[in-house]
Amino acid sequence: MPATLIVGLDGTGSGDRAVAYAKKLANLIGDCELLVVYVIEWSPYTFQTAEENSERHKRREEEIVMATERVVNPAVSSLLADGIAARGIVRHGDVADLLNSVAEEENAEQIIVARTSEGGFVKRVFGTSTANLVMHASVPVTVVG
Amino acid sequence: MNKIFKFFLPALALLSTTSLSLAQEAGSLDEKINSGFALATGWFVNFIFAPFPGTSFPWIVMWLVIAATVFTLYFVFVQFRLFGHAISLVKGDYSDPNDAGEVSHFQALATALSGTVGLGNIAGVAVAVGIGGPGATFWMILAGLLGMASKFTECTLGVKYRNEYEDGTVSGGPMYYISKGFKERGLPCGKYLAILFSVFCILGALGGGNMFQANQAHAQISGIVGDYPGWITGLIFAGVVFAVIVGGIKSIANVTEKVVPFMGILYVAAAVVILIMNAGQIGWAFGQIFEGAFTGLGIAGGFVGALIQGFKRAAFSNEAGVGSAAIAHSAVRTKEPITEGVVSLLEPFIDTVVICTMTALVIIITGQLTINPETGNYIVEGGKIVTATGASGVALTSAAFASAFDWFPYVLAVAVVLFAFSTMISWSYYGLKAWTYLFGEGKGSELTFKVIFCIFIVIGAAASLGPVIDFSDAAIFAMAVVNITALYFLMPIVKRELTSYLARLKTGEIRKFTSEPISGESPAE
Repeated sequence: MPATLIVGLDGTGSGDRAVAYAKKLANLIGDCELLVVYVIEWSPYTFQTAEENSERHKRREEEIVMATERVVNPAVSSLLADGIAARGIVRHGDVADLLNSVAEEENAEQIIVARTSEGGFVKRVFGTSTANLVMHASVPVTVVG
Repeated sequence: MNKIFKFFLPALALLSTTSLSLAQEAGSLDEKINSGFALATGWFVNFIFAPFPGTSFPWIVMWLVIAATVFTLYFVFVQFRLFGHAISLVKGDYSDPNDAGEVSHFQALATALSGTVGLGNIAGVAVAVGIGGPGATFWMILAGLLGMASKFTECTLGVKYRNEYEDGTVSGGPMYYISKGFKERGLPCGKYLAILFSVFCILGALGGGNMFQANQAHAQISGIVGDYPGWITGLIFAGVVFAVIVGGIKSIANVTEKVVPFMGILYVAAAVVILIMNAGQIGWAFGQIFEGAFTGLGIAGGFVGALIQGFKRAAFSNEAGVGSAAIAHSAVRTKEPITEGVVSLLEPFIDTVVICTMTALVIIITGQLTINPETGNYIVEGGKIVTATGASGVALTSAAFASAFDWFPYVLAVAVVLFAFSTMISWSYYGLKAWTYLFGEGKGSELTFKVIFCIFIVIGAAASLGPVIDFSDAAIFAMAVVNITALYFLMPIVKRELTSYLARLKTGEIRKFTSEPISGESPAE
């Protein structure tokens, strides 16, 4: 049974560093599959207008398609091109919670994410989320600098 | 936001420089709008609030109360039996993790609440206790508790019969469940009733969801910065609402939707602090509420007057039976329509039983209503209780909070403006859904309604409280006439859904996603 490594992406250059490191680990391990995960930050407890609610299902589908096409598929394609077994998934929710729960579902050996110094939304998502993940993950976490 | 500032700053500067020279003409403009409005809507108001022959009891109030009682009995006190389950649903215990990213029960409830929590809770309650005395609070709470069953019925149907379009958007509400539900049951006239509801929904959106909000927001602002023509407030509000609903500047709505809940929490927290500061008076205040409920304590119309005011304000505030919430709740993602009905029964509880009661208690406990020390009854002049500061409506609530915290009127003014704005945004959507049901979806049709909606904001801010509040009540209650008629015919469908859901909940077929899954079964919401 191959080892599974989870690679958390945030759609920026720092995600590429996580993929590059995961690729190196996969080559060292040998029989290994990389699962590329992109989490769209979402909470069921936010406040929205009635109009936003009525369009939410449509927006959700668009978000999944966009994340798959722009972030996950290119990463998975590049891994496959290098001869590494890889899959990709997109989920909505809390980044730290979901990366951990996906790791548990897949019996993953570890989670690899990148530290980011970029600001704004990315910092909010992957800055604090990385810290949360490191503190609460039930599998080892590697944070790529 | 830059676009807004570029547009509004010069507009505000222009308004401030011209307002003095226009003040005289503006006064007459306000008067013209006011008298024209009263003339145009008087017949409608008179019909909706017509009393039973030989009494002063409006038939519409009895209509709402009887309906809420019927639903309460028909669903065997569902509002109490499933209260705990409603909280579990809102917490997401029964939500499928695979539906993450869709509209949650919490979001649907919060959106519906942002349309109902507003001036009804602040100004409306003040009007109720100002006319009906403390006893109105008792009837208001009772109406709120009963109204939970009405809300449950309509919101279940709202989800069950919503339209789901190919592009993934949804449209729901009474107009859809009336036409589809009647057809399913083989009943005639569903289409006509749906059209009638839509017409009243548009009027309700323009009245209670718009003019009343603009009117009271202006009253609150002018109470702080000094009197000035209402149309100025109306124009500014109309401009901002236009920017959101037509200009698509969602950042304003997003900020409002985030700030409003905190304003609501702040409002309740301030009320709780005032109650704690006057803890010794709480027993007396409840005594006044119970005594006034059955004797009237000298108010005009006695206990019937208190009852009418209480029921009217509760219905206006939580909109149970009106049908508006069914539009808001219909966007939720669930496989079981009944779950949204269960969640929605929390809405009248939060709106009326908690927030409205807080407002009423603060007004009573801070001594805003003057009592004749000799008789123990309230001093009434012109049908209204004489207040300590002479204020009524939102100004009365403001005075009550100011007696404990002198800075609170400023917070309240911000809260009122934000509540008014948030309610307008919600009702612009409800009205739009009714409008598109009648005239079809399309950019031209939608733009026409949105422009009309903005014009009515100006009219609402300029008109005086009397005609506006009468028309607002009448339009919203007219929605309830059609909606409740339909609910009587469709309630067996809800009963069937409820029985099936409860049976599956009992057998464990439906269970919490947070619990350990049982092998061989997949949990369903």
